[in-house]
Amino acid sequence: MMEVSPSENVSLREFGCEQTLLSRPDGSASFVQGDTSVMAGVYGPAEVKVSKEIYDRATLEVLVYPKVGLPGVRERSQEQCVRETCEASLLLSLHPRSSLTLILQVLHDAGSLLSCCLNAACMALMDAGLSMSCLFCGVTCAISTEGEIITDPTAAQEKESRALMTFAIDSKEHRVMMSSTRGSFSVQELQQCIAISQKASEKIFQFYRDSVRRRYSKNL
Amino acid sequence: MFSVLKERVGDVLLPGDEFCCGPQETLSLTDSGKPERLVAGPGIRQSGDRLLVSRSGVLRHKEPNKFWIESQQRRYVPAKGETVIGIVTAKSGDVFKVDFGGSEQASLSYLAFEGATKRNRPNVQVGDLVFAQFVVANKDMEPELVCIDGSGRANGMGVFGAGGLLIKVSLGLVRRLLAPHSDLRADLEKLFPCELVVGMNGRVWVRAASVQQTLIVANLLQSCDTMTPSQRQQLFKRVQQGGL
Repeated sequence: MMEVSPSENVSLREFGCEQTLLSRPDGSASFVQGDTSVMAGVYGPAEVKVSKEIYDRATLEVLVYPKVGLPGVRERSQEQCVRETCEASLLLSLHPRSSLTLILQVLHDAGSLLSCCLNAACMALMDAGLSMSCLFCGVTCAISTEGEIITDPTAAQEKESRALMTFAIDSKEHRVMMSSTRGSFSVQELQQCIAISQKASEKIFQFYRDSVRRRYSKNL
Repeated sequence: MFSVLKERVGDVLLPGDEFCCGPQETLSLTDSGKPERLVAGPGIRQSGDRLLVSRSGVLRHKEPNKFWIESQQRRYVPAKGETVIGIVTAKSGDVFKVDFGGSEQASLSYLAFEGATKRNRPNVQVGDLVFAQFVVANKDMEPELVCIDGSGRANGMGVFGAGGLLIKVSLGLVRRLLAPHSDLRADLEKLFPCELVVGMNGRVWVRAASVQQTLIVANLLQSCDTMTPSQRQQLFKRVQQGGL
């Protein structure tokens, strides 16, 4: 594992979250990272279509809706990334022959959209009270043309970057659950980015804990 | 033995949190031979001598050895023995199909009513509300409801009469309403006489003396979900003085 030297800054933009903000879904959350904002809603365990039924676990469906227009190829690839991460962390075998639907509505894209989607998804799944083996969070890293690594980049920084990577990291052992990369980079740069993301994930998990604690403080 | 866990009672835990509850290293001579066994309730899974948290919420404890995670949920997952309010959606042969808000419909036999025989069928129509209990509820089988207890008595279960209003609230609020010595119920009792049927699936049926009073109780219950006790008492006081 790469060591992160203290001089390397793991700076994330301001982030915020609200849970149970929608009345109809079983669980909902909105996650804001800087100007990027995503709203997530979870339905389930609910009735499943016979064609999608899996006999020993729940069927998870993830839908990503862009801010304007209809979902396209980009959204499909984001859906797949989020779905595979959620499937790895959820205990789907507890609800066989049922369906879980996760809907992600992009409210504003100002960079690091996929990581914001992952964070919103995790908060919404937690809000719905679904059983999970661990939590996960998303961190995006961009490598600029000068070789500098920027965590949680803005849209402008993303555009100028040479490479862009998003990792999903689990809360137990801080391992990489999913990675989505674009551009060219060396093996060393990849490992450096993973190490930085793992460091950044600690901040996000601490934030998760604080925000759930705040939510339950009312009923104590 | 569960001291690690007992220290955290009342804390908010997240999925992925882990506890080690290994066997004691030293044998105490005063203890009786049987070791204490931990009962893991909702949100806690046991794996060897480790305890894994699988849901976010507050850790609760009941003497001597029950632990569970209390969380706010909206979707109901059936459990054996729980009573729910269901809606009859279909009559097929000798069973009724009942929607209780879960992932599939439950079946309710026409013989599972008080005094029902093959000759004397109960009068249940599609669309009726029933208050019933789960006798079969596990993840691999179709859930099954009955409207009688073990001795064949209705015991409060059966088809609902006319009037009243059905509302949906969160599962956390339902558990608070059903808890013994619930302060929410005590506050509600002070307002005016009303009839409440509370299903574990988050459905609550309300009937008071007039339609207006029924609506007041229904609205109060739905807004109680997100209020602190002091906020709630303030609101109830205003209603009592006719302020709403």
